[in-house]
Amino acid sequence: MIEVKDLFKSFNGQQVLHEVNATFDPGKVNFIIGRSGSGKSVLTKCIVGLFEVSSGSILYDGREFTSMNRGERKAIRQEIGMLFQGSALFDSLTVLENVMFPLTMFGNMSKEEMKERANFCLKRVQLEAAHNKFPSEISGGMQKRVGIARAIAMRPKYLFCDEPNSGLDPQTSIIIDNLIREITVEYDITTVVVSHDMNSVIEIGDNINFVNKGTIWWKGTRNDILKTENQELNDFVYASEFLKQIRHNLG
Amino acid sequence: MQLFYHTGRYFELVFNAFRRPERFSIYWKQIVHEVDKIGVQSVGIISLLSLFMGAVICIQTAANIDSGWIPAYTIGFTVRQTLILEFCPTIIPVIMAGKVGSNIASEIGTMRIKEEIDALDIMGVNSAGYLILPKIVAALFIFPFLVVISMFLGIGAGAVVGELAGVVGYADYEVGIQYDFRPFQVIYAIIKTLVFAFIITSVSAYHGYYTKGGALEVGKSSTQAVVYSIVLIMVTNYIITQLLLV
Ligand SMILES: Nc1ncnc2c1ncn2[C@@H]1O[C@H](COP(=O)(O)OP(=O)(O)OP(=O)(O)O)[C@@H](O)[C@H]1O
Ligand SMILES: [Mg+2]
Repeated sequence: MIEVKDLFKSFNGQQVLHEVNATFDPGKVNFIIGRSGSGKSVLTKCIVGLFEVSSGSILYDGREFTSMNRGERKAIRQEIGMLFQGSALFDSLTVLENVMFPLTMFGNMSKEEMKERANFCLKRVQLEAAHNKFPSEISGGMQKRVGIARAIAMRPKYLFCDEPNSGLDPQTSIIIDNLIREITVEYDITTVVVSHDMNSVIEIGDNINFVNKGTIWWKGTRNDILKTENQELNDFVYASEFLKQIRHNLG
Repeated sequence: MQLFYHTGRYFELVFNAFRRPERFSIYWKQIVHEVDKIGVQSVGIISLLSLFMGAVICIQTAANIDSGWIPAYTIGFTVRQTLILEFCPTIIPVIMAGKVGSNIASEIGTMRIKEEIDALDIMGVNSAGYLILPKIVAALFIFPFLVVISMFLGIGAGAVVGELAGVVGYADYEVGIQYDFRPFQVIYAIIKTLVFAFIITSVSAYHGYYTKGGALEVGKSSTQAVVYSIVLIMVTNYIITQLLLV
């Protein structure tokens, strides 16, 4: 479980986030949604420590992250996996080497065990055949899957996914979404997905946090979200004519 | 203000790069890889340039002292001094700043904008150390070899061209390159080379590491890396020379 308490973040006096409170549950896919520029990425980067918060606290299963020193943070980071918007695979390494990378850096396994673990993760995302290819030789959807395999290689307790569907077609998106959900449930991971894709939210969102104007404007489940009376959230969810139509038909 | 900001951030990055590595074996592998990329792959161009520079310096010196009063061995002497004191330890690093510096900045800059550096940081890897330290160590190791190779080739080319062009015979040239030889000058050259190797790799890495934006900015970082490296080389060249030779 990850808890965010009274988080504030400003850049050079310009406030981007204020009074953010949120809880992300284990074994659940927790969404952070919101319009472009609302502060989703900044919030995520604060939680994982790529940005320092201005004030507030972040608790990883009760462990206060913001006040930790470098070494203590390093220990927490090894429990975090992250899938990046652009996959962020290392171009100079093969698919297998990418997945093995965190293991070679931190694991205390033999070379054989590392290979075995990496191959297991690749198999989990149905990519065992591509292990010898370089990231530039595989499609965007495959890169995302390799990204997932690399993120779970160290058996993380926490998984962050930044826009896992950006640049993917709807069918591939669903494959990635389902993979994220299955892995979350299977390994009881606390998963945080940043997205503005309502399809994924409806598909796999357990807890949903709607970020608006620099704070959590609304939170609820995917059943709540379709029936919401909140004006801003409504505008966000029913942005397209297609969804407006569906809402109309649902009554 | 900007200057203080950049200087502070530069030293912070260099300090972080020198933190204890997570896995020595992986750093070792990276160093070997970088020695090949930075050093071995530059031997060709360095050799070519040194041969021509040695030849040109020889002919120019000869042309300028076309007088019976100056002994012929002066040509060999001048070629040696020019190459050992300035051309090899300063101009070769300037050329390397163009070749290696831009390469380092664009490599690290691309990793930054593709979030690969964030990926390293999230994993708990010291990204500064993993990406930058091997390059610095590799350059410190290989630059002196390149410079010494350059010295030999330049002086050798001078001898051959002097003979072929008929401006100075082998015998006179040989006397010249041995005349008043002070080994300290070679040490001075190596010290300069080491300082410049450090400047090129760390300054270029700095510009790459703090790239923001997209492909266009990577290009800008790469240019800045080269410009700042060369300016710093020239300034420190003056300081070191003042300290060591005066
Ligand atoms: N490093 C930074 N320095 C200053 N301001 C920043 C920085 N990063 C983000 N911001 C500002 O914070 C605000 C929120 O940006 P953020 O990237 O979190 O939006 P987002 O919700 O992720 O949008 P998108 O969906 O487009 O990715 C923006 O106004 C942005 O200009
Ligand atoms: Mg974003």
